[in-house]
Amino acid sequence: MRWRYLKQQIFFLTVRLSALIIAVAIGGFLAYIVVHGIGAITWEFLTQPPRDSMTRGGIMPAILGTFYLTAGAIIIALPLGVASAVYLSEYAKEGMVVRIIRLGVNCLAGVPSIVFGLFGLGLFVVFLRFGVSILSGSLTLAFLILPTIIGASEEALKAVPQTFREASLGLGVSKWQTILRIVLPAALPGILTGSILGIGRAAGETAPIMFTAAAFFTAKLPSSIFDEVMALPYHVYVLATAGTHIEETRPLQYGTVLVLVALVLGIDLIAIVIRSYVRKNKGW
Amino acid sequence: MGDNIIETRDVNFYYGDFRALTDVTMDFERNRVTALIGPSGCGKSTLLRLLNRMNDLIAGTRVEGEIIFDGNNIYDPEIDPVDIRRRVGMVFQKPNPFPKSIFNNIIYGPRLSGIRGKAALEALAEQSLRQASLWDEVKDILGQSAMALSGGQQQRLCIARALAMKPEVLLMDEPTSALDPISTAKIEELIEELKQVYTIIIVTHNMQQAARISDYTGFFYLGKLIEYSPTEKLFTTPAVKQTEDYITGRFG
Amino acid sequence: MSRKTREIIIKNALFFFALVSIVILVLIILFLFIEGVPIFGVVSVREFLFGMEWYPTYDPPEFGIWPLIVGSFVVTIFASILAVPLGVLSAIYIAEIAPSLIKEIFKPVVELLAGIPSVVLGFFGMAVLAPWMQETFDLPTGLNIVNASLLLALMAVPTISSISEDALYAVPQEFKEASYALGATRFETIARVIVPAALSGISTGVILGMARAIGETMVVLMVAGGAAAIPESIFDSVRPMPASIAAEMGEAPFRSNHYHALFATGIVLFFLTLGFNLIADYVSHKFKEVGSATL
Repeated sequence: MRWRYLKQQIFFLTVRLSALIIAVAIGGFLAYIVVHGIGAITWEFLTQPPRDSMTRGGIMPAILGTFYLTAGAIIIALPLGVASAVYLSEYAKEGMVVRIIRLGVNCLAGVPSIVFGLFGLGLFVVFLRFGVSILSGSLTLAFLILPTIIGASEEALKAVPQTFREASLGLGVSKWQTILRIVLPAALPGILTGSILGIGRAAGETAPIMFTAAAFFTAKLPSSIFDEVMALPYHVYVLATAGTHIEETRPLQYGTVLVLVALVLGIDLIAIVIRSYVRKNKGW
Repeated sequence: MGDNIIETRDVNFYYGDFRALTDVTMDFERNRVTALIGPSGCGKSTLLRLLNRMNDLIAGTRVEGEIIFDGNNIYDPEIDPVDIRRRVGMVFQKPNPFPKSIFNNIIYGPRLSGIRGKAALEALAEQSLRQASLWDEVKDILGQSAMALSGGQQQRLCIARALAMKPEVLLMDEPTSALDPISTAKIEELIEELKQVYTIIIVTHNMQQAARISDYTGFFYLGKLIEYSPTEKLFTTPAVKQTEDYITGRFG
Repeated sequence: MSRKTREIIIKNALFFFALVSIVILVLIILFLFIEGVPIFGVVSVREFLFGMEWYPTYDPPEFGIWPLIVGSFVVTIFASILAVPLGVLSAIYIAEIAPSLIKEIFKPVVELLAGIPSVVLGFFGMAVLAPWMQETFDLPTGLNIVNASLLLALMAVPTISSISEDALYAVPQEFKEASYALGATRFETIARVIVPAALSGISTGVILGMARAIGETMVVLMVAGGAAAIPESIFDSVRPMPASIAAEMGEAPFRSNHYHALFATGIVLFFLTLGFNLIADYVSHKFKEVGSATL
């Protein structure tokens, strides 16, 4: 009998150890980044363009570029994703067509980001002649995050109690009006959470924008959606691997990394907080 | 029977291959309360939901026969169910107010069917809440969430919400089964008053309730209408043995 | 316009929006093939997939991607060796063992791990892990299989953990109660009843985690070393497929053979991850049937 409890102790220890390893890895990693990067964070760093082959100055164009690309991505992906989710959740009858659509969404979710990059290059940059631009990059990122938006929206719609729909239809309100005025508002927090997580993902991705939007250095800020941009993730990559002053730019590399991590984790944290707040205060 | 507002003729209803209702023919008289009783699964709720085409929402179902309302078969392909549901309202078993304010719950339907203007909507809300005997309790808290009301209040709110559409018929699917006795009594009183203006068809598994409030009663068993007559007659001298067995509690 | 007509138009419009996902998927395949297939006019499919020499910029160039495929598999397998135990055990921790206060903190922590951009992990691998490894183990370079596998494991763990956790939660309470009622300890209940019952879901999580590792680009680009050769030790550097595509696309002249070869590599990568995802999809559907049938 004691042997059985000994086995249990060993097992629990291993399990707790695993959790600890993960927590320490994340914590240590983040701490390291903060410690080494915080020194570079100055007002100049956040608001000025780079100078002297990137060894001085700031990363403002990259921050702006990331903002444009991410905004473009969500503007395209959100309506598309919510509309798809509404169809799948409210209108679709279980059958071959719906199963194919769901399979398509799942497969799209699994496509590697570099393949999205190739796709964006082939379709938007070359075939549609948008060139390396904010437009190409936003479109590529939009389809990357589309499955995330669809998944979160569908889940949120399915969670709306059926009795709400019945009550509305029973009053002689049409199906579409019911969806627009009762179901979608009730599903809004879940859709919001999913969108925010999608934004976080779009902001942090490098491979999809490498050949479709990003440039190492732009002398001016973008003035149209057909311009190239700098972007935070790409900036990190380039500073660390290319260029002639890798060691000198190290502090700025850490600074850029810190800004990117703070941005993405900040966005994700907002989503997590919204989700847990709504779960507790739903009222239904 | 007198002036009929709804007539069903040889209605059969199928869930896939399963026949849930068989050859139901009955007339519902205007400004009366008609109760549908029977054991669980006998088809009474199914029939009720046919009268406002709520069963359209379930996939794989089929209706045969006719249901005549205002001279037309409501299952005619030309007819839009939305129009039917504006004139034939429904109150559900479990109160289901929207997660909105009390006021917005009431005016939700009317607004979407074209009524505009603050004054008109406010007057409509007050009238509906008075009809549902809820006005005095909520007149000062109209802006509060409907979810904060008690179960009985929520159900009277749902009744007011349905009445705000000014339907001709009000369908009630076991409206008091989820409520306490006091709320039940309040709603039964309400039904007595409402029948002067509306026609009420109520499904109930509580025979005493049917005996108390209805003018006509239909007894269902296994999807068939076994007996249909004025309430007093059905409960004191039922014509069919099955009816008598059910009423005296031998089954169900 | 009558209400009925409007409702029909809305329904069809929404249907077309829903089709977009399939359309995009088809377009991805289409463009991969359009730009990738021309390479098979220069080398045969067999030579491409199994050729041992990847020298696209030499004269004459060689287009065998076998070393790249091997590179992908090697880092994925080593990453899985690390990530599967860590991921599954941490899922067990969250679902069965952690006190609720710690759970409230640990769950978001694992989720946040999922959000860390891959380029940031790659940077960490390059700037911190590599020099440390180089010094500690006296290696020519710290950019190698071990480094890449460690970081890929870190990326796969949240996927494995959260899907396994869902599977563990879905195990019906009745199973646990029956086990305890028979006098089993918590460990025995977890190991012999709960985990086996959740096995399909856990497998799904593992497969999707591995798919994530295979498809990951920035980490392997920055940290795996870049040598397009079959490794002999875990401290050798490799060039997994995504790394090759990302590194060389910038230099390959437009619509040259090199360009086509890179797209063709994309085709291989796409179908590889597609295969993993389809298997995971299949496994998870079997899981749904078993779960409800046994009730």
